[in-house]
Amino acid sequence: MNILVCISSVPDTTSKISFSDNDTKFVSAGITYIIGPYDDYALARAIELKEAAGSGNVTVIHVGEADSEPVIRKALAIGADDAVRINAKATDGYFVAEQIANYAKSKNFDLILMGRESIDYNSGLVHGLVGELLNMPSISPVMKLEVNGNEATMDREIEGGKETVKANLPLVLGCQEPIAEWKIPSMRGIMSARTKPLNVVEPSIKESGISFSKYELPAPRTNCKMISDSNIGELVTLLKTESKVI
Amino acid sequence: MSVLIFLESADSQIKKSSLEALVYGRNIAAQSGGSVFALVVGEASNLSLAGNFGAQKVFQIKDSRFDQPDAQAFAEAIADVSNQNGVNTVVLAKSSLTDSITAKLAFILQATAATNVVSLPDFSKGFEVKRSIFTGKAFELVNITSSKKVVSIKKNAVEVSEAQAAGEVVPFTPNLSSKAFSIKSISNEKTTGEVLLSDAEIVVSGGRGLKGPENWGLITDMAKVLGAATGCSKPVSDLHWRPHHEHVGQTGIKVSPNLYFAVGISGAIQHVAGISSSKVIVAINKDADAPIFKVATYGIVGDAFEILPKLTAALKAVQ
Ligand SMILES: Cc1cc2nc3c(=O)[nH]c(=O)nc-3n(C[C@H](O)[C@H](O)[C@H](O)COP(=O)(O)OP(=O)(O)OC[C@H]3O[C@@H](n4cnc5c(N)ncnc54)[C@H](O)[C@@H]3O)c2cc1C
Ligand SMILES: Nc1ncnc2c1ncn2[C@@H]1O[C@H](COP(=O)(O)O)[C@@H](O)[C@H]1O
Repeated sequence: MNILVCISSVPDTTSKISFSDNDTKFVSAGITYIIGPYDDYALARAIELKEAAGSGNVTVIHVGEADSEPVIRKALAIGADDAVRINAKATDGYFVAEQIANYAKSKNFDLILMGRESIDYNSGLVHGLVGELLNMPSISPVMKLEVNGNEATMDREIEGGKETVKANLPLVLGCQEPIAEWKIPSMRGIMSARTKPLNVVEPSIKESGISFSKYELPAPRTNCKMISDSNIGELVTLLKTESKVI
Repeated sequence: MSVLIFLESADSQIKKSSLEALVYGRNIAAQSGGSVFALVVGEASNLSLAGNFGAQKVFQIKDSRFDQPDAQAFAEAIADVSNQNGVNTVVLAKSSLTDSITAKLAFILQATAATNVVSLPDFSKGFEVKRSIFTGKAFELVNITSSKKVVSIKKNAVEVSEAQAAGEVVPFTPNLSSKAFSIKSISNEKTTGEVLLSDAEIVVSGGRGLKGPENWGLITDMAKVLGAATGCSKPVSDLHWRPHHEHVGQTGIKVSPNLYFAVGISGAIQHVAGISSSKVIVAINKDADAPIFKVATYGIVGDAFEILPKLTAALKAVQ
């Protein structure tokens, strides 16, 4: 089974977000970058599927500049066999999808797995777009994935519950927990990751229908009004009369 | 610029979030002088609301195959209505269903999509909208420059108000390709009659502070009194105290209710990321230094096991 896993490189979930240059640049100083949490689930499941099949290959692909290579190496340390970096700044979901589809189109992957969304840009568009560009069915968010021969059985989240579906490979899937548990790289994994292939590929050109203007931070929350636990009625009154939400 | 709004229904009712999308779309059409079209799939007992909130024409698909939430079929149907009616902007309210429709729809229409949108477009700058990014920790302003546009809005992106329009309902039979309904649906488990977390005006969430699933009656009782949805923190669903679809936060459901109760939840940054666009947050925690109080509007320091029954009773008394 040959699986392509798309990974984003995103600020660690505890990061404080700030901007510079009149709110046009993200301040990356002091930020630790990680594999997108949803992408990490996708990667873990890809490795499990390959191991269960006893053969195959897991390739990770990332669209980004050279400074994201440590994150790619981490994916290799977790167990991917090789990696591809499309050498370009990921400007939006359309650009990313175009690059992934362009790379994958001649490669016959059985599965293209990614996260349901990136936690920086949160567009949630890349899986759907890659599916359309490659003319493959795309399904998201997938919480359970079993593969039997040419057929995949999946649980996916629907409004207010979940649905079990079946479809034939190849498929593009956006993943989320509990599809697998996050994997931690072993010492051996870390050592071998250094020598696994990481190919750098130049991007194809893509005209964008969306342009960035600037960033903005949310207004800070005002101080919390504390209410004594012996006076719960006061909370009810405040909810009713001050903030009018009940 | 004519606008089409996709009205999603749950339990045969048009969802509140879809009415927000309708108001959003109506505002765009008013700016550009176009028509307001809506599309509804299946029966909706409150269909007349579409007209009350500004839809001139409501296309209705009655085809039981659409009981299966097949994103491809929905995307093709929405695209078909759009193409037949000169629509250049489609508005959807963000949900599990629309999340998987948006990209496909944009592709079919050769449009550009912006998701997680929280503001009406600024037409003085073209079509500039504000999107929520970094999971609620920031926003970005982006301009959709393509002529066709798909906008997926977050809850509370607009103030909802009525504006009477014809609301004429016309049946619609979409042209579908062989890709529609090609994914086989085996079964589905769907809660009915419960308030959907992503759509809820009020959410009552519990964390590890509640000690175990046997205590969840405290949360569900209060939720029932308020007509609220219930949620939880990640460890609670990881421990299988509650189902995964209740997990709120960075890696779970992002909620934007008017009122969010965080009970026995410490307020880790990943949890807060999923609740930061709530209008009012109430924190109940026995630790006065818990970080949740930094983001809460109102806070009570104390034992949830004592506070919740009293609070539930007090809320019941004013309902
Ligand atoms: C990559 C990543 C993603 C994550 N994503 C999410 C996410 O999406 N959502 C999420 O929730 N978490 C997420 N987490 C986990 C997060 O970091 C916290 O571990 C989690 O939110 C803590 O859950 P909690 O507040 O329920 O538990 P705890 O941190 O254990 O807090 C329990 C709280 O209950 C209080 N308490 C105890 N007893 C009582 C009582 N009797 N009455 C009142 N209060 C009491 C305690 O004072 C404490 O504040 C993520 C973590 C990582 C690393
Ligand atoms: N720069 C990137 N390189 C490779 N994959 C990406 C990149 N950005 C996003 N993805 C993948 O696409 C998924 C959805 O991202 P998004 O559409 O941006 O929310 C992510 O979970 C990743 O798996």
